[in-house]
Amino acid sequence: MKKVIVLLLLAAFGYYLAATFFYIDFGISHFTNGVRDYYLAHTVNGLSVANTVTSIVVSFRGFDTLGEVTVLFLAASALGSILYKRRHKYEERVVLFPSSRIVQAGSKLLFPAIILLGVYVFIHGHLSPGGGFQGGTIIATGFLLMLLAYQDYHVSHNILSIVESMAGILFVTFGLLGFIGGGTFLENFLPVGELGDLFSGGVVPIIYILVGFKVGAELTGVIYTVLNEKDI
Amino acid sequence: MIGAAIYAILSKDILYAVIATGVISLILSGLFYLLQAPDVALTEAAIGVALTTIIFIITIRNTVRFEDEHDKKEHIKTIEK
Repeated sequence: MKKVIVLLLLAAFGYYLAATFFYIDFGISHFTNGVRDYYLAHTVNGLSVANTVTSIVVSFRGFDTLGEVTVLFLAASALGSILYKRRHKYEERVVLFPSSRIVQAGSKLLFPAIILLGVYVFIHGHLSPGGGFQGGTIIATGFLLMLLAYQDYHVSHNILSIVESMAGILFVTFGLLGFIGGGTFLENFLPVGELGDLFSGGVVPIIYILVGFKVGAELTGVIYTVLNEKDI
Repeated sequence: MIGAAIYAILSKDILYAVIATGVISLILSGLFYLLQAPDVALTEAAIGVALTTIIFIITIRNTVRFEDEHDKKEHIKTIEK
């Protein structure tokens, strides 16, 4: 009986998935009408953001981004609470074999470059592909490299949580500042500037920089927690 | 990509399965780039290839690598050969 129900559910799911893919040709770029024209028109004229995806993610659908950041925060804190131990007692991480001198020197050389790339990606989120989430992940990967290479490399959980909560609070604050002048949440209230400049797009780059800090801090915390977990 | 997905499901060694999912993400990010979605491609490359794979590998290191004892013995046999 149970198997029949599972098969029926899978069949229904597969049918709707197949139907969706059947009606949309592979790689087609325009298959919906409606908000698309509004977004394309207002990204360049109203907001002067070069990257349409960024303008949709941060400005038009900014509330969804707040939700995504909240989901990530919840996931990170749930992981931290599951793997919670005595926080004040940090011992050496258990490694299968210590890194060689070449790996350590190479990581030291690569670490600033990776951090710089991450910062570049989220500062130029409104001009080029990428943004807060991508930049934050790249920064977390840099910290991961250092944590793997050096056994005694530690990041401070206090600094991470301060950075993360300040970024979150400032995100909501900038969103609420949009109410000034009768706007909506996350409405742009700053001058938009020239299209293609670094200082353009009003509130969009600020929000994305904050998202970058928040995501980077969260993912670094996740990696650090998982790496310090050891089986007893 | 489909081959890597099938391998990830069928493989008894979880470590190889995780690496196969990393390969899927890599090809998927190339596919996103070809479909003119560089934002999504960047996300997929950073999260799918690097972060998820490495978190899974750390988890495997802290838990068990094989699904049951039989597979573990088989693996040890192949190493000793």
